[in-house]
Amino acid sequence: MKKILIKGNEAIAEAAIQAGCKLFFGYPITPSTEVVEYLSKHLPKAGGTVLQGEDEVASINMCYGAASTGTRVMTATSSPGFSLKQEGMSYLAAAELPVVVVNVNRAGPGLGGLGPAQSDYFQCTKGGGHGDYRLIVLAPSKSQELYDFTMEAFDLADKYRNPVLIMADGFLGQMMEPVEIKERPQVELPPKDWVVDGCRGREKRKIVSYSLTNEIGEANCLRWQAKYEKIKETEQRWEEFYTEDAEYLIVGYGTCGRIGKSVVLNARKAGIKLGLIRPITLWPFPEKGFAPYKDKIKGIVTVELNAGQMIEDVKLAIECRVPVYLCNRQGGMMPSENEILEFIGKVFDLSLVREA
Amino acid sequence: MEVVFKRTTGLTGIPFHYCPGCTHGIIHRIIGEVMEELGIIEDTIGVAPVGCAGFSLDFFSCDFVGAAHGRAQAVATGIKRSLPDKMVFTYQGDGDIAAIGTAHAIHVAARGEKITSIMVNNAVFGMTGGQMAPTTLPGQVTTTSPYGRDCALSGSPIDLPKTVATLEGAVYVAAVSVDSPKNIFAAKKAIKRAFQVQQLGLGFSLVSILSTCPTNWGLSPVDSLKWLQEKMLPLYQMGELKVPEEVKGL
Ligand SMILES: Cc1ncc(C[n+]2csc(CCOP(=O)(O)OP(=O)(O)O)c2C)c(N)n1
Ligand code: SF4
Repeated sequence: MKKILIKGNEAIAEAAIQAGCKLFFGYPITPSTEVVEYLSKHLPKAGGTVLQGEDEVASINMCYGAASTGTRVMTATSSPGFSLKQEGMSYLAAAELPVVVVNVNRAGPGLGGLGPAQSDYFQCTKGGGHGDYRLIVLAPSKSQELYDFTMEAFDLADKYRNPVLIMADGFLGQMMEPVEIKERPQVELPPKDWVVDGCRGREKRKIVSYSLTNEIGEANCLRWQAKYEKIKETEQRWEEFYTEDAEYLIVGYGTCGRIGKSVVLNARKAGIKLGLIRPITLWPFPEKGFAPYKDKIKGIVTVELNAGQMIEDVKLAIECRVPVYLCNRQGGMMPSENEILEFIGKVFDLSLVREA
Repeated sequence: MEVVFKRTTGLTGIPFHYCPGCTHGIIHRIIGEVMEELGIIEDTIGVAPVGCAGFSLDFFSCDFVGAAHGRAQAVATGIKRSLPDKMVFTYQGDGDIAAIGTAHAIHVAARGEKITSIMVNNAVFGMTGGQMAPTTLPGQVTTTSPYGRDCALSGSPIDLPKTVATLEGAVYVAAVSVDSPKNIFAAKKAIKRAFQVQQLGLGFSLVSILSTCPTNWGLSPVDSLKWLQEKMLPLYQMGELKVPEEVKGL
């Protein structure tokens, strides 16, 4: 196994190649641009094609076409670009097409700033486009996970015939870290017996996102919801850190989950029994991870790079049985470990034992 | 008994949902015949838009993908880049290709994407009830230009084939009509050439077809054909705007 020093965005791109992605359609936007740049250089050598679309709308719809034929395909963007892809996301979900989409969040709203943020949480996990649909949303917290999760995203997309989203922030995309380059694990996937590739020797096939009668419309919606329930049941993922005896929990994903670990260690040194839950799937949200702590802990602090979005899911997961507070920075800023620890001390009225 | 006329195998035989007198049906038929004659039905993937033209995905015998409004050519690009050996075509209304889909219409041509686009120009948004399209004629009354299209307010009609023909990657561009038997034959020939250009891998091909919308024009089928001949034919540049040598002899 080879280990290389690589930028987060490049890790995503390399993973896509290893996962057998044959087509990439994209449009540059900071801080995700290295994905399209890396692939432009390396995907052709691996027998694939990178096409720079005229915009994000074109790129996501090119993905729609490619996925219809059963080809592994990906696109990557950052927040304003992801907004433009929303139309396509809704259609992809409705047509049940396996596509991997990367959103390396930058600060918003509007053109916002180039700094890292998690302000697209609602948009990524609650639909974003029109209609009732869900995306599987994976939130890596380091380059190795950017690599591993991207590779797996292709399998998840094929397994469920559903778009899968890699949700990262600009910090992760831009950071350089060693990454172990692994080969694609062999997993059993359902046959792609639904693709359009010319009707030679078979009935013609159609891939559509609409239903012309309300009866068919309802049947489709019920089918999608049943699939989403199954994903909810089987794919919830999270990481726990010092949770066993925890009296307080912090919850953060991506970069915040990473900072959270240091906060936990510092809190323990300061005499506070703090634990961490780091959601790995943002949809389905890992409710199961919270279940054991509903009646055991005194409070939760969510750490977010936005005005407080995931906190709503945390409150639901914990059934509002314990107080949940938000410790956040916005606009591209990142909270420091000390800042978070002091916040925890303040909201729960805890005296921090300072080491000499 | 000798069979002198039969339904083309390029169409499924599902009855058309189009309004009486609508020329979408004629256009379907000649595309079906071209696919049959070229023997490409089983190697073709069509992309349907939104609008009346969107019904097409049930009627053609080949595989089909339904795209979002205006996005058919981007979807077709994805399909063709996945399966370069297959024939890929879009069947779009003028509202679809020349309003919401304009960016894609220009860029597939600029890239020389090896797909074929059929544009059905009926000078209105048909399915949504006859609103103004980019192709609506100056002075033409529609539900969103109730006093007649005022070019000072909403611009002048876009002659999309003419625009597309200026782009290097657009190899075959034709503007035809299906108002008379003679023009129907010419339209069929143009469609055939457009597919042949794709078969030869030469680049992007576009056939724009003037079509009627009796329902939204508020005219009888016969008067619609007359209106097309009198008002639309003189406005748009007609004929083969660009033909590569390779298909001239075919
Ligand atoms: C994003 C979006 N905007 C608007 C619509 C509504 N809509 C449906 S068909 C149509 C116009 C189609 O006109 P045209 O392409 O000329 O096709 P025709 O119906 O005349 O064949 C519109 C605006 C839509 N489906 N999606
Ligand atoms: S509304 Fe117009 S374009 Fe649509 S089917 Fe009827 S006549 Fe044809």
